Amino acid sequence: MMAKTLAKKILALTGDETAAEAMRQINPDVVAAYPITPQTEIVQNYSQFVANGMVKTEMVRVESEHSAMSACIGAAAAGARAMTATCANGLALMWEVLYIAASYRLPIVMAVVNRALSGPINIHCDHSDSMGARDSGWIQLYSENCQEVYDNLIQAVKIGENKNVLLPVMVCFDGFIISHETERVEILEDEEVKNFIGEFKIEHSLLDLKHPVTYGPLDLFDYYFEHKRQQVDAMEKAIPVIKEVGKEYGRLSGRSYELVEKFNMENADMVIVALGSTAGTIKATIEELKENGIENVGLLKIRAFRPFPYEDIQNNLKDKACIAVMDRSASFGALGGPVFLEVRSALYELNKRPLVINYIYGLGGRETSVEHIKKVVEGLNKIRKSKKVENLVNYLGVRE
Amino acid sequence: MKEKGWKEIPIGGIILEAGNAEKYLTGGWRTFRPILDKEKCKNCLLCWIYCPDGCIIVEEEKTKGFYYEHCKGCGICANVCPFDAIKMEEESKYQQEKSKKESE
Repeated sequence: MMAKTLAKKILALTGDETAAEAMRQINPDVVAAYPITPQTEIVQNYSQFVANGMVKTEMVRVESEHSAMSACIGAAAAGARAMTATCANGLALMWEVLYIAASYRLPIVMAVVNRALSGPINIHCDHSDSMGARDSGWIQLYSENCQEVYDNLIQAVKIGENKNVLLPVMVCFDGFIISHETERVEILEDEEVKNFIGEFKIEHSLLDLKHPVTYGPLDLFDYYFEHKRQQVDAMEKAIPVIKEVGKEYGRLSGRSYELVEKFNMENADMVIVALGSTAGTIKATIEELKENGIENVGLLKIRAFRPFPYEDIQNNLKDKACIAVMDRSASFGALGGPVFLEVRSALYELNKRPLVINYIYGLGGRETSVEHIKKVVEGLNKIRKSKKVENLVNYLGVRE
Repeated sequence: MKEKGWKEIPIGGIILEAGNAEKYLTGGWRTFRPILDKEKCKNCLLCWIYCPDGCIIVEEEKTKGFYYEHCKGCGICANVCPFDAIKMEEESKYQQEKSKKESE
């Protein structure tokens, strides 16, 4: 045991370098990508691996993100393991083809470096890009730090390619905050990753001339609805698969994963729900509060936003007094942010419902510190005492 | 053909049976119907070459007519015919005649 711990490979990597390293070990057949800040270093580093002959990957240098995803779709339909990476406007340019990848049931894995959508133009972090794609039929995993970027990317391959799932997977992580920050990352052996993900075998390959297959035919009012119903079913079936792969990955790496992560939940009657790097800021805030004798604040971190972990949300929040849901994107004209809407909706089925408020925060990379999270805790305290929600949606850190 | 439920069909909207478009009848899309004038036709088969749906019936190298179950009435055959042997007629006329016959 001791020897294994000592033999662990630990590297200092940025989030983008981590993603490239995970991709190197996954060694996909095809990577088609177009660079965009702050995702560029993934493609740049990966191109070097290709140029140095470290991977067998066919690297397709496309002219746009629309083409990147289209090339991945063609490759995956032929039976290749295909990967790409993008962010913000790049993801927006992929929009049309995101739906096609999901509806053709091709398990493409894509790193999404979360960045604010234009306009006005902004290169920093928020979740408006991937949150906008939440109904595209892709599984979405959100990462708190570089280690989770690595772990999620490797698991994503196995989740998406599971025969009960066969859906594409986005591994999301915060632009600059994670993508350009150097952290300690534990890396598995190349062989371990190779064995864990196994080989991708598509059931119906476009290149199988003995068993010809048509991908993408016209599908009108007679069968389109049935194909959409199948996609809903695949998302539901992904829930146990994500849990099982998370456990299996735990046995391999010592880090197991669920759909959600609990932090100080057993002591808490006030809970903050968040995803992405801010979960780390919230953990630090909770630790600081505990040092000062305040122990009743917990964090429920959402790792899988698609499929949405409604049962975990219900089970973990049913006995709590009040909940603050953090959204790093606005849903203009809606009641609140996308995470808030779904969390609050999941709680509606409970007999005794906790009070829920929404905090929209960090848009366009606006700093979100421990001090900001303390304001959220103050807000929760107020609700706990008054048993009333005065402002359903709050804007954390915006200047009035 | 009985339509199947979502659990009974392949995922991803793929079609596993090659050439099964033949089972999908598209003749109902037609607004104009090609009519062959066998007197004028020289069996050059240009229409057969150009038809995008393979709807020209050819037997022993001779043009015999059209597969109306699949012909969408695009009129390319009439357009390319060097001998003016194909004319496009309004489909509604034939449909009226058909329903008249059926009601008799």
